[in-house]
Amino acid sequence: MTLRLTNTAKTYPDGTRALLPTELSVDRGEIVSLLGPSGCGKTTLLRIIAGLETPDAGSEIWFDSDNVTSLPVERRKVGMVFQSYALFPNMSVRANIGYGLKMQKLPKSEIDARVTEVLEMCQLQAFAGRAIDALSGGQRQRVALARAIAPRPRLLLLDEPLSALDAALREALRDELAVLLREFDITAIFVTHDQDEAMAIADRVAVMSSGQVVQSGTPEDLYRNPKSAFVAGFVGNAMRLEGRCEAARLELAGGALTLPGDGTGQDVFVRAEDVEISADGPLTARVETVTFLGTHYRIGLSGITGDVLAAIYAGQNAPRVGERVKAGIKPEALMLLPQDPARA
Amino acid sequence: MFRSKAKILQLAVTLLACAFLLVPTILSVMAGLTVNYFQGISSGLTLKWIYQVWELYADSIFLSIRLALACLVVTLIIGLPAAYGLARHPGWLSRLLEEFISLPLAVPGLALALALLQLYGSMKGFRASWTFILVGHVLYTLPFMVRSILAVLAAMDLKTLEEGAASLGATPWQRFRDIVVPNAMPGILAGSLTVVTLSLGEFNLTWMLHTPYLKTLPVGLADSYASMRLEIASAYTLVFFIIIVPLLMAMQWASARAQRIAK
Repeated sequence: MTLRLTNTAKTYPDGTRALLPTELSVDRGEIVSLLGPSGCGKTTLLRIIAGLETPDAGSEIWFDSDNVTSLPVERRKVGMVFQSYALFPNMSVRANIGYGLKMQKLPKSEIDARVTEVLEMCQLQAFAGRAIDALSGGQRQRVALARAIAPRPRLLLLDEPLSALDAALREALRDELAVLLREFDITAIFVTHDQDEAMAIADRVAVMSSGQVVQSGTPEDLYRNPKSAFVAGFVGNAMRLEGRCEAARLELAGGALTLPGDGTGQDVFVRAEDVEISADGPLTARVETVTFLGTHYRIGLSGITGDVLAAIYAGQNAPRVGERVKAGIKPEALMLLPQDPARA
Repeated sequence: MFRSKAKILQLAVTLLACAFLLVPTILSVMAGLTVNYFQGISSGLTLKWIYQVWELYADSIFLSIRLALACLVVTLIIGLPAAYGLARHPGWLSRLLEEFISLPLAVPGLALALALLQLYGSMKGFRASWTFILVGHVLYTLPFMVRSILAVLAAMDLKTLEEGAASLGATPWQRFRDIVVPNAMPGILAGSLTVVTLSLGEFNLTWMLHTPYLKTLPVGLADSYASMRLEIASAYTLVFFIIIVPLLMAMQWASARAQRIAK
């Protein structure tokens, strides 16, 4: 189904504006991620879509051609995976997954058949009879997903579904979740503060900041063409190069760079993987830190710009701390973005 | 095991303490089983006195059981929704309400009874019926029920659990029935046993509220010591023990279990 939000906002009784008027539409089968730092309103937006939070007057939420704005959560037919999973401790895995079907008053034989089917999809057959407190974190996450999906909801909503897991498991389950969601062939929205998670799972990412969607697009698009300093910084950790722009030339403390276009009145950003340490580079820098990360080194360079600039070094012989090195950045790797009005 | 003097001392103190607690109990029980207490065991053992207690005070036993069960039903009907409401809406107002419900714990039963008599004493039919005592027992036992359920509910993320059920299509009533009540069960069980035990054993308040036709188990006990021979009163104590001790043990077990879950 397609989801359409128009003019949807949320103001708390104390006057806090958790969500500014927002437009959002999600196509059938699309997996959209709401990405942003904590407190940006992403969870509020998800809860409004679920029906767990009442939006301000004037907001409209459409599921296909149904206006569900005033429908309570239990009648919206959404599946929800909570950050804490909210599995019912008084029921077995099987009963948890079957609960939504029971609420639909389906005959027992059909409930059994559908629960078995979902158990298989999520590879939970072995745990069907277990109590919730006898499951590991990763198993709980899968049960929560299975429970949400079993009643065949119109829309699947996931609130930070992986954040309760430890780092190693999170990465494995991230890829598993991406595969499962596509297998279910369902329209899904999931909230996360982790850009890797958003990029790995979503077809489209909506980046949020201070209660509004600041940019939305495919992960590649957001990464390569951020429209603001916030998006550049949050998606892919772009760093600002503090210097003076003169037409297509950027004067830095450590040397000068050629810009891809006229940079007057613009801020210039670069990502660590685009900073190349090579003998013929136009910039001079001092090596401050060298961190070995297995596949590559992460090197902190000072003297190029105000802050320490990070560079990725993939070679065998990394420079040593304190050494002076030459570095360069290709013009096409530099991103020109409107100046942050807060700073200017 | 008995190598050090400290250990021997410990054991001696423990045994003395046990004797201090048990000897009067055993004496009382024995008094209820001997033919003539003043002649001692040599006069022989008998169940005659227990039989007489049954003949004289069976009404008290049944009244107490009926009171305790009615008290349980009423405290459940009031206490479960109250605890749920308090757990679902934490805040200063809930704290205040919780303290207010708990007030009867701090006020002497005597004062509570006097207040009830002042308020309802003139309503003759009510004053003379067993439901008058029931009101007193409910007032006195309700805080135990509410606190016991509240402790278990407060330990879990009730709001999110309910949201989870709601997202699966459960109406508010279904959420209460399928999620809240089953998960509160250890608290409900512990609270129920406490209420029944307290109601069966309550004396202060009941003694003030009772009429000659409505003697509960403990009031009957006082009456038997005041007006019967010592053997009958002692046999009464034995009957009281037989009823209350298993309940007390079950209550201890259920409370310990609820506390474990609340952690």
